Amino acid sequence: MDELKLYTYIAVFGTFGLYFAIAWWARAGSTSEFYVAGGGVHPILNGMAIGADWMSAASFISMAGLIAFLGYGGSVFLMGWTGGYVLLAMLLAPYLRKYGKFTVPEFIGDRYYSNVARVVAVLCLIIASLTYVIGQMKGVGVAFSRFLEVDYGLGLGIGMFVVWVYAVLGGMKGITYTQIAQYCVLIFAYTVPAVFISLHLTGNPIPQIGLGSTLSDGSGVYLLDKLDLVVTDLGFKEYTTAKLGSTLNMFMYTLSLMIGTAGLPHVIMRFFTVPSVKGARSSAGWALIFIAALYTVAPAVGAMARLNLMNTIQPAASETLEYEQRPQWFKNWETTGLLKFEDKNGDGKIQYVADKEKNEMVKVDRDIMVLANPEIANLPNWVIALVAAGGLAAALSTAAGLLLAIASSISHDLLKGVFRPEITERTELTASRVAMTVSILIAGYLGLNPPGFAAGTVALAFGLAASSIFPALMMGIFAKSIGSKAAVAGMLAGIGITLLYIFQHEGIMFIKGTAFLGDMARNWFFGIDPKAFGAVGAFVNFGVAFAVSRIINERPPETIQKMIEDIRIPSGSPAAAIGH
Amino acid sequence: MDKHQSYWKANLRLMSICLSIWFVVSFLFGIILVEPLNNFHLGGYKLGFWFAQQGSIYTFVALVFFYSYRMNKLDKKFGVHEDEEK
Repeated sequence: MDELKLYTYIAVFGTFGLYFAIAWWARAGSTSEFYVAGGGVHPILNGMAIGADWMSAASFISMAGLIAFLGYGGSVFLMGWTGGYVLLAMLLAPYLRKYGKFTVPEFIGDRYYSNVARVVAVLCLIIASLTYVIGQMKGVGVAFSRFLEVDYGLGLGIGMFVVWVYAVLGGMKGITYTQIAQYCVLIFAYTVPAVFISLHLTGNPIPQIGLGSTLSDGSGVYLLDKLDLVVTDLGFKEYTTAKLGSTLNMFMYTLSLMIGTAGLPHVIMRFFTVPSVKGARSSAGWALIFIAALYTVAPAVGAMARLNLMNTIQPAASETLEYEQRPQWFKNWETTGLLKFEDKNGDGKIQYVADKEKNEMVKVDRDIMVLANPEIANLPNWVIALVAAGGLAAALSTAAGLLLAIASSISHDLLKGVFRPEITERTELTASRVAMTVSILIAGYLGLNPPGFAAGTVALAFGLAASSIFPALMMGIFAKSIGSKAAVAGMLAGIGITLLYIFQHEGIMFIKGTAFLGDMARNWFFGIDPKAFGAVGAFVNFGVAFAVSRIINERPPETIQKMIEDIRIPSGSPAAAIGH
Repeated sequence: MDKHQSYWKANLRLMSICLSIWFVVSFLFGIILVEPLNNFHLGGYKLGFWFAQQGSIYTFVALVFFYSYRMNKLDKKFGVHEDEEK
């Protein structure tokens, strides 16, 4: 066994052992502990757990790669996936915490006094969360197969088993404390290579400052200016100004990701675990700090990785890398098929240019940027091992949170809430564990046999959350006049229009060949990408709900009005709730 | 107007201030006005680019803590905070 493999085994299985130990220590005994960790997690720790819950394999592995190739256009992910926490902190979290129940559909069902609303919310939650879990499972499988050279399926199985142990045993309590450990692992694994690379390129150890500094090669040129020059020389778009579609598309894309973030149930339910409304507000702040620690480093990782890649292939303007001279990491990634070279003009040199006819780097998968970054920068083996453990921590922590959201909505909302209200707490707890086990098996199966729609899952999850759950929750708190019919109509309209637009482009459930209205131009609605359509769905949801409410002149009953007034104030004693 | 309504009004006012700032740093500085702002520089960063990839995120963090701090004060001012009743 070589050194790298040994280190990787130590890092990966060492962290797994840690997660098991924590799960055993924090196992859940009651439904309250299982769903919301007994409501007693300190805001700072909860913020850390939210950070790990939120930052998935996509944030850890894919985001910096996306930014590396999109440049300025990649900003939509940075702003979208952090700005949503501002909305959460101000518009949803404190009020939902005050309401003090276990799940998001439960609030929607109670607020709109309707089981139909509750079931619609459960369906959105399950589709959004399940599609999201598949992505995590795939990430686990890839990380195992690349770093430990075990079979993809076996890697997936190990990942499923680890999540199963601590999620089923510990519920929210076990998951929360495991996620705190996972956050520490992933942020360390993300930051260490970034610090090394920033130090190497600019002489400044802080990546956020390094990105705005001059290169340490003595030229006195700013890193970003150099990058702009290198990429435009080869015909690519200028790094710091390349847009993602039009300005309107970037606007809508950012807004959709923000609203979607605030509407994702597995994130919202984390705010039920803090002891108070005050705690819910500050938890959001701490979560955002811990998330920002990765999200402000990511643009530096992206830009520096791109520069390193370009410098490797084209060390100077007139000088191009000979294919035979390619470094070891290049060969490693070639064997995975994620990097591909085709000597089109037969000169034995690698021409990497924007022109598709002449470009010989026929495949540069964006996802390899973070994983290959330490190798490209010649960092020591233990750093590479750390990145593997960090990627797994990111994927596992998010998978666990999502699985809990699915399990609780099945056992608490569907079984206890709608079909079998008479079951005991014990039965509900068992049901929840069974539901979680089944969800893990389904997610594992789908990870092993990825359906065609795996690639489009993020669009679907965010689209659903943005167009249905966020508006329903927001109107539930801020618009007392919206009743059940208006809310259900709004949700259905929002989901309908969003799915219509996504499926019309990508096929029904992303199955190839079922895209309809094929003769329409792509992004025909004002140039908006289907992935950026959630915000439009949300506007439709709000519009339809208010219109229906006005037309049928529906007023929610007195008890609901009281309930809304009650959740708007933090104090919970009966004395404070009177006074009207 | 009763105490709870004034509290809610004050909350909404604070919220609209915070959300305006949220909008300005991300959508306005980071997207709509990015080109004019890019004429200015912050170290090696073009200013609009900096807002889109760094500045907006720092502002979001500050905003959430600012809101949380001010709301805790409002809770006390209107006597609707949690601690004393428990």
